[in-house]
Amino acid sequence: MTTTTAAPAPGIARVETTTVETSGRDNKAGWLFSTPFLLLYALFLIGPVVLGLIISFFNTATVKSDLGRFVAFENYADVLGSLDFWKSMWHSTLFTLLTVPFLVVLPLLAAVFASRISRNQWLYRIAFFAPYVVPSASVCLIFAFMYAPEVGLFAKAFGAVGLPAPDFLGSTNGAWFAVTMLTVWWTFGFNFVLYTAALQEIPEETYEAAAIDGATPWQQLRSITVPLLRPTISLVLMLQILASLKVFDQIFILLQGGPNLSTRPVIQYIYDTGFTTYRGGYAAAATMVYFVILVAVSAVWMIATRRRGADA
Amino acid sequence: MRGTYTRRNFLAMGGGLGLAGLLSACGSPVVTSLTGGQPSTADVIFWHLFGGGDGENLGTMVENVQKATGHSVEATLLSWGNPYYTKLALAASSQRPPDVAITHLSRLPTLAQAGLLTPYSDTGLAQLGVTQDKFTPAAWEKATIDGQTWAMPLDTHPFVLYYNENAAKKAGLLNEAGDNLADLSGPDRFVEALTEMKKVTGKYGATMPTITDPSTVWRWFYTVYSGLTGPVVSDSGTRVTVDDDAMNETFAFVQKLTTELGLMPASATPTLAQQHFSNGDAGFLLDGVWNLPLYTGVKTADGSELKFNMVPIPALLGSDPVAYADSHALVIPKAGGRSAERAGYAEQFIQGLLDDSTIWTGGGHVPAWLPVQESAEFKQLSPQKNYVDAAFNAVYDPVGWYTGAGSDFQNQMGGVISTVLTGATKPESGTAQIKTALRNFASTNAPVS
Repeated sequence: MTTTTAAPAPGIARVETTTVETSGRDNKAGWLFSTPFLLLYALFLIGPVVLGLIISFFNTATVKSDLGRFVAFENYADVLGSLDFWKSMWHSTLFTLLTVPFLVVLPLLAAVFASRISRNQWLYRIAFFAPYVVPSASVCLIFAFMYAPEVGLFAKAFGAVGLPAPDFLGSTNGAWFAVTMLTVWWTFGFNFVLYTAALQEIPEETYEAAAIDGATPWQQLRSITVPLLRPTISLVLMLQILASLKVFDQIFILLQGGPNLSTRPVIQYIYDTGFTTYRGGYAAAATMVYFVILVAVSAVWMIATRRRGADA
Repeated sequence: MRGTYTRRNFLAMGGGLGLAGLLSACGSPVVTSLTGGQPSTADVIFWHLFGGGDGENLGTMVENVQKATGHSVEATLLSWGNPYYTKLALAASSQRPPDVAITHLSRLPTLAQAGLLTPYSDTGLAQLGVTQDKFTPAAWEKATIDGQTWAMPLDTHPFVLYYNENAAKKAGLLNEAGDNLADLSGPDRFVEALTEMKKVTGKYGATMPTITDPSTVWRWFYTVYSGLTGPVVSDSGTRVTVDDDAMNETFAFVQKLTTELGLMPASATPTLAQQHFSNGDAGFLLDGVWNLPLYTGVKTADGSELKFNMVPIPALLGSDPVAYADSHALVIPKAGGRSAERAGYAEQFIQGLLDDSTIWTGGGHVPAWLPVQESAEFKQLSPQKNYVDAAFNAVYDPVGWYTGAGSDFQNQMGGVISTVLTGATKPESGTAQIKTALRNFASTNAPVS
């Protein structure tokens, strides 16, 4: 969930790029400066992806050094025909549907409110952003303690008002609720910061002019803030969809994909088949199928934003 | 600029010193992770998966062996089940395994076929007196694959029948001497005994978890089924060899007990089953021996201590008694860079644990090491002495890359069997579902063979 996608600077002003004639020497310096990154990128990203593509055509065992038998598209056929794969794909999608609305709308509201506070603004910004820097394992342990049946914080709170506590870890619905709540609290901060940065780009004069014309705060929010933040909202939406589709940590640590694998996300399915049952080739094929789905989602977004950009 | 301290010189020096510091600690995990050797933070690095009472017993044994041999041991506890085997396999395949590790024998075939273990013949264990004639035959056999032995069995932990002594006495189910359960062999006699027991308890004859515990229902089902015929899959799990009639008969029998006759609960979680037996709502309990500590010292409703004993499950549908079982065993994972000296430490450690396995039986396990099993000390242990026979009639999970303790296979099998026990699925339909699941497993390309 902690995605480190390099986000373009969220701003409303599109910078006009002018092509400057660069001399060969500048170019060389540029390449030189990029070399460490490119090396690491090739070593740890491009290389493994190519390797993964290759072994997806073989019956490779994760624990053996050889490639195994060449099976052409057999792994892909097995993946596409596997009920477990599609179930876990659905779980990742369901998690996305559950978390994205909260994580796109709530941080926006919080950022708007925080920007209207005149004193101690830094405190609110830190308060919202702080959970985001906590490692996933720590977050899950804290929440596991709160969700624990009978002795946990929530169970005690429910008990205090005489209600039975929902079964957060033992029932499927409870588990989805538990993991959604954890995720919203934990990753709220990233989107909040993106919105806060974008809000600072909106000139104060527009609000002043609107206020003089008699616009209420609500009208200002609707007619100035949201339209001017549209590119940022669209960016946050996309980053959040991709991040939610890549869910693994919370569900794995908090629930191990349970109860009875009813919350297992697709990355855990790949992990289980690839590392626990050693089916490296099959897991690589599942990864490729999943990768194609992610690329398709991104492409849809690109086309949609391009079109909007052309209309503007 | 020469001869003066510049920022760069200073940093270079600092870096050099730092690196020297790292490298001087040659066995440090940081260095070994870069050079690709085993970390050597202790003489013996040992991985296991025991929490709770078993973990405490093992801790005592490790202490004792350390004192006896004078070698330091670093014991690491990892999460039980799939996570443990994932870590063990990946550590071994990346050449950084522990020196000694625990494994379930039902999980052994895959580890051995993947070439992750040191075969017994390549170790010096035989010179230390650790030889085949000193182990329970069934366990040694399970540790042997295609003529090669890969693991040293520590115990056998069978699935057995617990009985409440007072209730059994009232129901007239004790033997002539009154110190043990009478012979209940055969399906009719067994049903009769449960009926008598139900009259005494007023609720159930026997209990066991029937839902949310797929492994336990699988153990019960496979105990009954194996009395009639052989394993459900053969040829390393590539061929489904289900005997339909035997499976239908098995399903009909276990379903009759929970539904039609009402002698056992149709829908019980592990917690509920534990309550049934603890407070006398059921006079029998079907469970693994490892839950012995769970019932030791339990107070019943009238404040007295629960008096119970355990026996091997009698022969039911077949002519001979069968005990579904698994074993914990000790293996030496293969590591390229392990010195002969370190290998020697590992072997002595294994021998030490086997010799000290009387402590291990506190967790209900039957020791596989015959010198301990036949010792006067063990023969006085009750109820352990009462079910040693089960270790000799042990039937393990069928061999396949997907079977074994806590595996997906057990979860799927148990899932189907649960619905038969609760009465939601008819026996014939249960058999069909089991076969479908097995065909899926059998037709998948085996990652190792």
